[in-house]
Amino acid sequence: MTGLTQQLIDLFAALLLLLAFAMLAQRRILSLIHLYTLQGAVLVAAAAVMGYATRQPHLYVSAGVTLALKVFLIPSLLHRVINRLNVRWDLEMLINVPTTLIAGIVLVIFAFYLAAPIAGLAASIARGTLGIALACILLSFMMMITRSKAVPQVIGFLAMENGLFFAATAATYGMPMVVELGIALDVLVGILILGVFMFQIREQFDSLDIRHLEKLKDD
Amino acid sequence: MSTLFFLLGLPLAGTVALALNGHRRFAPELNIAFSSGTFLAAAALTARVVAAGPLYAMEREFHIDALNVFLVALTAFVALTTAIFSRPYMRVKLEHGRMTPKRLRLYHSMYQLFSFTMLLALTTNNMGFLWVAMEAATLATVLLVSVYRTAASLEAAWKYFILCGVGIAQALFGTVLLYMAAERAGAGADGALLWTHLDAIKTSLDPRIMALAFAFLFVGYGTKVGLVPVHNWLPDAHAEGPTPVSAVLSGLLLNVALYAVLRCKVLTDGALGPGLAGQMMMAFGLLSVVVAAFFLSRQRDVKRMFAYSSIEHMGLATFAFGVGGPIATFAGLLHMTVHSLIKSALFFAVGHAAQHAGTQVMSEIRGLVRVNPTVGWGMMLGALAILGMPPFGVFASEFLILTTTMREQPWATPFLLVALGVAFAAVFKRVQPMVFGETELKPLPHPPALIPVFLHLGLGLMLGLYIPPYLEGWYREAARMVAG
Amino acid sequence: MSVLGLASQVLEIFAALALAPLLAGWVGQCRAWLQNRSGPGLLQPYRVLHKLFNKDSVLATHASPLFRTAPYVIFGCMTLACGIVPTLSTDLPLSPAADAIALVGLFALARVFAALAAMDVGTAFGSLGARREMLIGFLAEPALLMVFFTAALISDSTSLTTIVRTLSAREIGIQPSLALAAVALVMVALAENARVPVDNPATHLELTMVHEALILEYSGRHLALLEWAAALKLFAYACIGIALFAPWGVAHGQAPAALVFALPVLVAKLAAAGFLLALLETVSAKMRIFRVPEFLGMAFLLAVIAMLVKILLGAGPQ
Repeated sequence: MTGLTQQLIDLFAALLLLLAFAMLAQRRILSLIHLYTLQGAVLVAAAAVMGYATRQPHLYVSAGVTLALKVFLIPSLLHRVINRLNVRWDLEMLINVPTTLIAGIVLVIFAFYLAAPIAGLAASIARGTLGIALACILLSFMMMITRSKAVPQVIGFLAMENGLFFAATAATYGMPMVVELGIALDVLVGILILGVFMFQIREQFDSLDIRHLEKLKDD
Repeated sequence: MSTLFFLLGLPLAGTVALALNGHRRFAPELNIAFSSGTFLAAAALTARVVAAGPLYAMEREFHIDALNVFLVALTAFVALTTAIFSRPYMRVKLEHGRMTPKRLRLYHSMYQLFSFTMLLALTTNNMGFLWVAMEAATLATVLLVSVYRTAASLEAAWKYFILCGVGIAQALFGTVLLYMAAERAGAGADGALLWTHLDAIKTSLDPRIMALAFAFLFVGYGTKVGLVPVHNWLPDAHAEGPTPVSAVLSGLLLNVALYAVLRCKVLTDGALGPGLAGQMMMAFGLLSVVVAAFFLSRQRDVKRMFAYSSIEHMGLATFAFGVGGPIATFAGLLHMTVHSLIKSALFFAVGHAAQHAGTQVMSEIRGLVRVNPTVGWGMMLGALAILGMPPFGVFASEFLILTTTMREQPWATPFLLVALGVAFAAVFKRVQPMVFGETELKPLPHPPALIPVFLHLGLGLMLGLYIPPYLEGWYREAARMVAG
Repeated sequence: MSVLGLASQVLEIFAALALAPLLAGWVGQCRAWLQNRSGPGLLQPYRVLHKLFNKDSVLATHASPLFRTAPYVIFGCMTLACGIVPTLSTDLPLSPAADAIALVGLFALARVFAALAAMDVGTAFGSLGARREMLIGFLAEPALLMVFFTAALISDSTSLTTIVRTLSAREIGIQPSLALAAVALVMVALAENARVPVDNPATHLELTMVHEALILEYSGRHLALLEWAAALKLFAYACIGIALFAPWGVAHGQAPAALVFALPVLVAKLAAAGFLLALLETVSAKMRIFRVPEFLGMAFLLAVIAMLVKILLGAGPQ
């Protein structure tokens, strides 16, 4: 029993890492949103399995919140934004894909190196997944850096939040419930604000290219 | 308990009330009313804590002790004076057409929400809520910074959001690690994130986890403190947002973020012994001071220049906390206080000056003293105060920091001295012609609110000359808590 | 070295030599079925080989001895490769001589000779093919190595027989690192064997071909050897996949009965692998040659992630 749940959690962790890389390499906004949705679904599954294995009912609650928020609500908001803004085109990247991926591997190694000494100290069933969670966070961070358009940057931000959620689940079976709800609320409000922003940026610059946002410099 | 309820309830109620009425004529007065109510509650709370010692509320979820009580009072005070300053300021902006009634509603509502998040971050005992409040503060200030809807303000707000969002995400990871360390040290699920609880068991927290946790927390909250190299959002947000927002960003947000770092430092020092946390804070603090000082002279926008000055001063305070020991910590706390008072006063004066000139470019602001002596002198005195001229409070805190550094970390002294010298030259060179040069500026349609400027400067002066015994008692108590 | 070990080694090499064209024919037949064609039949590769062996070999005037020896070297490399991948038994006398890394080396050696021979005559197509082949190899080799390293990490040895023994002794379960490595290996195998998303074995379109350009100048028995070597290479890759990710049914140690039993199991697994390959080829489209580096980069990445995941999740039970 524990063997199977352990394997499932390991599998989900590996899937999350894979998805983080897939997002890093993805050129199309639409696929990016699909990947993000998938990542949310994997998170939900991981939280549910973990809740089942450890008999922690609050993990079911947080899995439910994640399902509603990250699998349904936020992706549908993103879909609406890209439809309204008509930005489904292929993305350009600031750095080419292979270079990004190799840098990604280096980041993963760095994350594992950081997490290695404490990975064994985490909650026993999710041992080892902490490093993967940290790697997902760093990869999403990199995705934000390498994209020049607003929507992918936001998706990177959201993916980073996914990584954090997984870290919390892996390391400590989730944060206390109230805190988790607070975090979910912040993310939701944040995404709404960013959505509004995108329309305003578009209005001001006729484009969602972040490179327009480089006027403010010290000179 | 009830004072705490008012302290947090009033700004929250203000958020709702101003979301409904923020566009009406009486909205600025309503804003001031809510802020004064909050300030009164803060004052009452402070009096209680001074008289009766630390207090808890709501099953220890809230906690007022020597470290946060003076920041609560300061926050409520600066929020009130900024609300007073913003009344005529926003009226002028409304007439210039940069603000519309709709935007004004958003502005007032978010202003109250921002005070709420700041006070929540300060009074909560739960490290998780501290994070939630900091993130909520980011969201509120993002809306405040972008309120003009100009290209530049949107850019600044976007940068602010993305950079601070990333930073604050690191802090969340640090919080997760903190929780993990607490669980391993045997804290129950309920108390595991309560700071007082963590403080009690800090020696048994796993040092390896805590080292990593502090690194993430420091990077995360350090982003909001504006430490180099994650400071890029700060000058933009200060320069492009409305001036009252610049004042509260410098006066409140940076302080509260540094407060969060301090809370984490106490726990880390307990787990690891002094060393790691202090060294990191010294390194990044010193880097911020030096880099910001050299960037000061390259600025052309007056608000950008003072934003860099904020980076410099927050770096100095961070450095002081990093040096550790009761005296340096005392100096750091004093520095936070006086910087908050004087920098917000400066932004008030700068705001009026920029409205006189119709621009924030320094070379086009000339001869303030002729057109409006109070604004001119306010700016001059504020600049002298922030540059650490005696007898203002900044001099006292900087003097203490420097002398302690000479004793404890002599290698850092030359860097600090050079940076302070460079900063002095850069700022004074700019401010002098702005205040005394030949002028073509026009008077303002509405009389500016100058009471806040001189109130702040007066308090800053007082702290330089004489620290009241109860205030000194607080500082000592807080310094003892932080320095261990 | 036991008699049985020697016997299983000999059996394995002969099985490879005999079955490799059959596998190629099977894949072709499956493709035909999947595309609603009737297909040339399973035995077509044998017929082709027979035809080519009976023809005269025509050599270019400038061809050096290298050009003539290359097919033999390549054929030898591939035969040896098939010999050291434990498909029937883990008791192989050749196994101590060559481990997983040597296997990759064998493939590389064959590649170098193929590329040199293709450039030897000096035609444009030969050089073009050689260049593309080296590009693919340069990207595919590290990925293949990483796949082997992942398996090696699990079994603490780079010896193929040890790997297979450890992996087949493992209880059945989900192993994320092996799953990732499997995907990576499939991608590498597609590229290395000139299969569809990377190259099309059934076409001679100049702009896209890689493998066909390499052997364009060969004829007669040389070509026969090269075609046979290509079939052997496919066979070897299929066997690697089977050995790493489906190692059940391989004979261990001194058990003649198990060895007899292992052969039909191998045939069944190869049939399944061949069908999957045909399916994969049918559903995917040929990609531009410039996308190939990215494709192989992904394979490399997957393999590296597999290894990293293995290292980090290593604390868990195997």
